[in-house]
Amino acid sequence: MSDPMIGRLPLDLRRRRSWRSTKSELMSVLMLIAVIAVLIPLVAVLWSVISRGAGVMLQGFPDFFTSEIPVVSRRAGPGMGPAILGTLLSTGGATLIAVPLGILGAVFLHEYGGTSKFAKLVRFMTTVMTGVPSIVMGLFVYLTWTMRFGYSAFGGALALACLMLPVVIVSTEQMLRLVPANLREAAYALGTSKSRTILTVVLPAALPGIVSGSLLAVARAAGETAPLLFAVGAATAYNPHLFTQANTSLSLQIFNNATSSFVAAQDRAWGAALSLMILTFGVTLIARTFTARFALKR
Amino acid sequence: MLDLRGKAATGDRAFRWIALGAAALVLLVLALIALVMTSRALPVLSEMGLDFFTSTRWSAPDRLFGALPFIWGTLYTAAIALAIAVPVSLGVALFVTQVAPRWLKKPMVYLIDLLAVVPSVVFGLWGVLVLSQHFGLGRSFLTAGIILAVMITPIITSLAREVIETTPPSDKEAALALGATRWEMITAAVLPHSKGGLVGAVMLGLGRAMGETIAAALVIGSALGQITPNPFAPGNSMPAVIANEWGEADELHKSALIALAVTLFIITIIVNLIATAIVQRSARRSGGKSS
Repeated sequence: MSDPMIGRLPLDLRRRRSWRSTKSELMSVLMLIAVIAVLIPLVAVLWSVISRGAGVMLQGFPDFFTSEIPVVSRRAGPGMGPAILGTLLSTGGATLIAVPLGILGAVFLHEYGGTSKFAKLVRFMTTVMTGVPSIVMGLFVYLTWTMRFGYSAFGGALALACLMLPVVIVSTEQMLRLVPANLREAAYALGTSKSRTILTVVLPAALPGIVSGSLLAVARAAGETAPLLFAVGAATAYNPHLFTQANTSLSLQIFNNATSSFVAAQDRAWGAALSLMILTFGVTLIARTFTARFALKR
Repeated sequence: MLDLRGKAATGDRAFRWIALGAAALVLLVLALIALVMTSRALPVLSEMGLDFFTSTRWSAPDRLFGALPFIWGTLYTAAIALAIAVPVSLGVALFVTQVAPRWLKKPMVYLIDLLAVVPSVVFGLWGVLVLSQHFGLGRSFLTAGIILAVMITPIITSLAREVIETTPPSDKEAALALGATRWEMITAAVLPHSKGGLVGAVMLGLGRAMGETIAAALVIGSALGQITPNPFAPGNSMPAVIANEWGEADELHKSALIALAVTLFIITIIVNLIATAIVQRSARRSGGKSS
């Protein structure tokens, strides 16, 4: 064994095969253990949420989804209606702000900007923005909006929109990249203007992928707590107004009730957790079916 | 002469400007965040000076704000989270791509992605009412680290999987043809090829772990002034302090919390930028197949 290369190669085949294959099998077993280690918390969390949340949620159905939240938190009984409405309001508002703007931004980056300096800068800053911690977004919206206009679901919507915007831009641009160039060229050859080509040819072709990416962003936003913490307030009654007065959300209710020492409040937290997970899993599932359909078409 | 510009061009140009405006919004929002947050953080920084980053005493009534314990808490919990999540994610990614039979691959990826959909506040709730109570961990650095590990594992796993899948089959086949076992093939062909991308994936997980607020706020214990390597001690992290103290804070205290947010913002952005740079460089080297 005088070859000087052998020691440096990552592959050393000199040892006996039996030990080597035993080692290989051992490593495969370790990998399998890692897989099990990941599935344990998933199963444990799902089990806790379902076993402790389902009872509260289904007790006197549909009271849990319609009643107001008890003002005295040690009182037992249902009520997350206002929180469900609040989550829908702030997430819905955020979607209406972030999805159109995000799609337009991505259209600019891919269809107009290309490799220009400005487009590169925006792309870079979009990556930066995806890394901004959600609590920073929450503080930012408090300082610029809530301090002046007070608590409202809209403040929450603004903070969530800040989180969603870069995600929608990135996922939409990826989808636009998949649209074949000859579709655009065919439209131009027919004398169609660029904006019409984008609106009637490019975007419809990429639509399933865009919808799927946006829905995943919506699912993430619906589960967020930190951005809402300073902007939404702490209401216990229904507040259907988007722009005025304190509201609440499922995530805020879970956060507040989790540290309560009253079992009744903890129970409501588990019920709210189950409702929130049904919501986010549902939206994710819809997004997945869109992806599946898109993949079939390609 | 054929002139096709005419009327349509006006609408065309308008659309271009609207799209440009939407793209520029990203720059505007980021600039506003930096500007507003820094200006609000100035009062505490002028009062405390650099002591804000080096002092260990944080006491609102005494108007003393030293952020070091929270910086420690953030870094320490993130380190615990990485120590757990990195080997597990790597193992899962290798199992899914190299070991698992084809039919098992898709359902497994699906299950792990499910973990990424669980809202962080639900992990926090589980951490505070189940993990810390029934497993004797209490609210501590370790509990927060475990919860953070669970949260970043699906992120690191899915990125690692993408990187590993770009390994050229010829590299793997060459190793196998030489008589290498599966593990030797992984160490000789897969890992050297994916090293850069894997480091990037871990860094992105680190960025996420440091910025995570709600789960940490619930399980870390909210103890003041603890700089200790004891993982079972209760502590506090930057985002957790902001979430827990904002409600009762006066002006200078609020300024201190905003300064914490700015510090966090800068640290996470640096980590994320390094991560993105590493991922992009390794993607370019492997033929741009991963992204």
